[in-house]
Amino acid sequence: MQPFNLTHLNNTSDIKSLSSIEGARFIAGGTNLIDLMKLQVETPVELVDLSDWQDERSITEHDEHFRVGAMVTNTELANYASKTVGLSLLSQALLSGATVQLRNRATTAGNLLQRTRCYYFYDTAKPCNKREPGSGCTAIDSVNRIHAIFGTSENCIATHPSDMAVAMMALDAQVELITPNGETKTLPLRNFYCKPGATPHIENCLKEGELITAVILPKRAAGTQYYHKVRDRSSYAFALVSVAAGLVLQNNKVEKLSLGFGGVGTVPWYPATAIEALTGAQLTEANIEKALDAELASAKVYGSNNFKPQLLRNTLHKVLRALAEHQRTYPQHEGALYEN
Amino acid sequence: MSTLKGPTLKGPTLKGPTASSQPKDGPSPTCMSINGVSYALPNDPRTTLLDFLHQNLALFGTKKGCDHGQCGACTVLVEGERINACLVFAFQLRGKAITTIEGIAKNDELNPLQSAFVKRDAFQCGYCTSGQICSSVALQKELADKTPSAVTFSENYSAREDISERMSGNLCRCGAYPNIVDAIEDVIALEPQ
Amino acid sequence: MKTNQTANFIGEPINRVDGVLKVTGQARYAAEHTSTMPQTPLVGFLVASTSAVGEISHLDTSQAEKAEGVQAVITHKNAGPLKAFGKPDDEGRFTQSRAVLSDTHIRHYGMPVALVIAQTLEQARYAGSLVEFNIDAQPAQLLHKANQASDVPESLDGGFEPDVETGDKPSTYSDGFAVDVQYTTPSQISAAMEPHATIAHFDGEKLTVYPSVQIIASAVQALATTLEMDAENIHVKSPFIGGGFGSKLGLHYDAILACIGARYLKRPVKIALSRRHVFYNSPHRGHSFQHMQLSCDNQGKFQSIAHHSAMPKAKGYPFAEATGAGARVTYSAEYIKSTHRVKNADTPLIDSTRSPGDAIGSLAFESAVDELANKANIDPLTFRLNNMPKVHPVNGNRFTSHKLESCLRRGAEVFGWQRKSSAQPGKVIGHGVASAMRMNVLVESSAEVSMDEKGKITVLTDMTDIGTGTYTILAQIAADTFNTSVDNITVNLGDSQSPASSGSGGSFGASSTGSAVLKACEAVKSKLLSLLPKNYQNAQLAVTEQGVCVRQSHADSPQDTPLASLVDSSVFPIRELGAVSEDDTSDDEQYSCGAHFVEVEVDTLTAEVRLKRQYGMFSAGKILNEKTAKSQIKGGMVWGAGYALTEAIHHHTDSASFINPDFGEYHIAVNRDIAEVAVDFIDLPDFEASPVGAKGIGELGITGAGAAIANAIFDATGVRVRDFPITVDKVLEGLSKKAS
Repeated sequence: MQPFNLTHLNNTSDIKSLSSIEGARFIAGGTNLIDLMKLQVETPVELVDLSDWQDERSITEHDEHFRVGAMVTNTELANYASKTVGLSLLSQALLSGATVQLRNRATTAGNLLQRTRCYYFYDTAKPCNKREPGSGCTAIDSVNRIHAIFGTSENCIATHPSDMAVAMMALDAQVELITPNGETKTLPLRNFYCKPGATPHIENCLKEGELITAVILPKRAAGTQYYHKVRDRSSYAFALVSVAAGLVLQNNKVEKLSLGFGGVGTVPWYPATAIEALTGAQLTEANIEKALDAELASAKVYGSNNFKPQLLRNTLHKVLRALAEHQRTYPQHEGALYEN
Repeated sequence: MSTLKGPTLKGPTLKGPTASSQPKDGPSPTCMSINGVSYALPNDPRTTLLDFLHQNLALFGTKKGCDHGQCGACTVLVEGERINACLVFAFQLRGKAITTIEGIAKNDELNPLQSAFVKRDAFQCGYCTSGQICSSVALQKELADKTPSAVTFSENYSAREDISERMSGNLCRCGAYPNIVDAIEDVIALEPQ
Repeated sequence: MKTNQTANFIGEPINRVDGVLKVTGQARYAAEHTSTMPQTPLVGFLVASTSAVGEISHLDTSQAEKAEGVQAVITHKNAGPLKAFGKPDDEGRFTQSRAVLSDTHIRHYGMPVALVIAQTLEQARYAGSLVEFNIDAQPAQLLHKANQASDVPESLDGGFEPDVETGDKPSTYSDGFAVDVQYTTPSQISAAMEPHATIAHFDGEKLTVYPSVQIIASAVQALATTLEMDAENIHVKSPFIGGGFGSKLGLHYDAILACIGARYLKRPVKIALSRRHVFYNSPHRGHSFQHMQLSCDNQGKFQSIAHHSAMPKAKGYPFAEATGAGARVTYSAEYIKSTHRVKNADTPLIDSTRSPGDAIGSLAFESAVDELANKANIDPLTFRLNNMPKVHPVNGNRFTSHKLESCLRRGAEVFGWQRKSSAQPGKVIGHGVASAMRMNVLVESSAEVSMDEKGKITVLTDMTDIGTGTYTILAQIAADTFNTSVDNITVNLGDSQSPASSGSGGSFGASSTGSAVLKACEAVKSKLLSLLPKNYQNAQLAVTEQGVCVRQSHADSPQDTPLASLVDSSVFPIRELGAVSEDDTSDDEQYSCGAHFVEVEVDTLTAEVRLKRQYGMFSAGKILNEKTAKSQIKGGMVWGAGYALTEAIHHHTDSASFINPDFGEYHIAVNRDIAEVAVDFIDLPDFEASPVGAKGIGELGITGAGAAIANAIFDATGVRVRDFPITVDKVLEGLSKKAS
């Protein structure tokens, strides 16, 4: 691990004094950054420690939304969301990611910013445009069964690994951040991530020195909610395909569909085309297929991930079938698919 | 804002335990408490909690199986919650109270989970065991607090499956999983519900 | 006088005697023996080659040497003297030189190019990144297709002949059924939880080494050869080993590098491989192509069994596994042919991984047997029972004991072969069965047992306990002989100054060293009895809280007399050596047997497979401790789950490197992958196999375990995946094909 200088941020307002530190990287839970620093995939020379930053450690409920502080741990958020009917989907997604140990350290903002799990990104001996711009993409012509089918470019096909962000996409989350000069900005999570294009090393629209302060989750009906994650192990593995879905059904017509796909996109995938195709439509197998056809029209496969479109289709069918059945049995239901 | 600049190029102390005489009301911001003893933070900020335990304190009960949060062998408790000691810098835990496997038995009396692990033969080589036991100690509290797991959202789940899911952050290559779940079930069954 | 009625006899399911040490974190593994060193060990980190084959053409360590905390950077220029790797040729692979940093030649990806030694891990690791090197690389030879493996291996692990053929090849299959299929299994790794690690220290000429190793005596010899030292000056200790599974049979680079570093710096040096380094610097199992042509008649009797195996062999390293072993012995057939071919490949070491040969041989063979049963429309359990051999199917020799049929029949009954759970909506349930046959061997082993005047018994042997429960079963054997509790027994293992044992491996440890300990105990007992007055010659010994007693059986009740009143205390300690060799075991065929039964549930849409139940019935002679034996078998079955469903090293062929060398992407099973696992034994001693009556169990549990899962998936879905592991993408493809 490369040596680094260390600074501590105690209050949000102190952010201005950090602007003199060039190349400063924030460290919150550290579960991803320390992993990458040990491999020298990440080599920050200036770390700003957020351990003592107390301002953003709580979840608050407001009239129109919930505000989740950046430093709220994945465990705290999962526990809170499990008791909040409109956020069940988020709880399910969080709990299907990583392990209790990691979720106890990992923070909300850190989870949004976690780096890809692409094998070649982790291997500093192999070309990777995300790690070393211009060096090439090893994945594209090699084993790529865990790689993306949406939002790829010839430069990068790495997936975004977060489960939490997939659910947040589905739930219309917004990201609140503070700039180095103390200004607060809010933007939709759907506009937060950058597809790789020609610059795979740029993963989101945060500028140097900007710090995520919170995630805003609007209060709105999500209906019956279900996060289904298909992966190589039954736990402690990243998604091959995951579907986050909330469904409000009225007379078998899709009143409201919240949807996000994991394991398939270079960014947590918001399937706008599929949602548009299904919203207001009768929920039939044929209509689901049509929506998938439309969404998958932009998908591209790379060899060992050729199975992903079909797996995504089947997973979405499974999820929507289960949600629809529940909505038919319990109209207006709001919460987890399987309530216990 | 406190700033600690450029200490990284100093060699760390290698003199074994550096217990400092701290007031009884807890460790100071430049210390952490490990099994009730206060220790000064290491000089090199690159030192993870796991390496701090090994290199500075010669506390070897906590194991290194992967050093990247992929196996759980280094699971310890921070204020009662389980974390991977390999993925946290020691400095991130200043002021915190940490319990390692060496602090699980109290006054030479095994924790009921430790006894249950022996009785159920919930380990073979023993290398993942410290982490498994720290995890299961935290798990007891998580269950008592009725926290959710990925399994509690699924249909017709069993208590065994729930324990398995919650223990999935601790790999065991000897394959003691069924016995580990048995051991944890034994102890939970004894608790007042 | 009261005797201890809770005597811990052989077979009793007592708790591990080292259990408390392990649950309290006090058992000390290799990298943890720092406090026994005269100084705090320095820490080494290796710099690894990023090419598979070539010559180091440029090496600049100057920046690394200047880095904070660095004590030395060792390369081929200053590592010697070292005997060249693999020399002398006529030595076995565990006693040959294991040299590293001995010249400029690179034999495989990830091989050490330099060793950086610093005060702390972070200093060493960072300085490692400052070492500059170039390798003039050549293309690596790898095995891509089955037909590229054309070399007949000089030997196969377990002493099997590479090729056998027996009986008359049936000319036509018109009367029956046949399958002609190729199965593939991926590269796999032992992945013991403890990464390979060593602390080494020189005190003048005397070298003390704490490695993590399964066999001590050969480790001493390997160090002596490699470092060009006198073996007498080497002391190896390995009291606790965090899992081995074959990967620690011999020493690996961590041990050699620690010794090189300690020799160079004259200070203790510790090297604990990173998990990624373990993938390259410890052995793995090669991938296999297994071609099977099986046929049976209309009644489901095997006509022919032909098995051809193609695997890579690490260039310059003499190991190839006998994947065809199961095809030769499990079922009787009119014609049996089994052949093995290898290709020398530029890969990291390929060596034993739990149950070499059978772990992956059974995956393929027992799956193909199921295919044939299915084709013949015969229940797969019935099909197997139809073809039980009376003698060894290839050589006609008798088995010392053979309980495969009993395992299958009784196991099916306990498991409920005909009773399937009902499936949840959207899911299907399947049952699978597979046979397990694992060769048993007894190897040379010795132990010393001593008794002091208070009746304390000490067992000394360089045997290891890699999680197998050796401490416990050896204590039980001694306790059994002396009619006492294991509390009176001290077992000291893993020290090269103790008598040389079999070590742990090949499922031979417990029966071989257990028998040596039994003999030593009996020798001590005989010695004591011979010292007694004549009228006590037929008495028994018992060790109680009061010490050693001589027990005489009279008509009414036993009478105990304190030994101290009969024998002069100057005779203590009484110390005897016990040893076993091939003379102690039969020349006939020795196998442990077992039957696996599995229930799986498969999602018909997402193709996700979930294990519901794994059950096994096994026969392995005398079970020395029912509790630890069951644990070990269950562990093998958990491996079987990993082999069937999740484990695979993916290869990057351009660089001859591994794509997923970590626990994040090399998926060993997690707790939730495993559901109910239950095991029973047919517990009958086989004294022809070993004096203690035991046979091997360490590799029996995995043999067949994965195939039973594959067969259950087929039963549930009708999908047969011939490329292991059976991941969701492959099941999905099968389901989609069936649907269309």
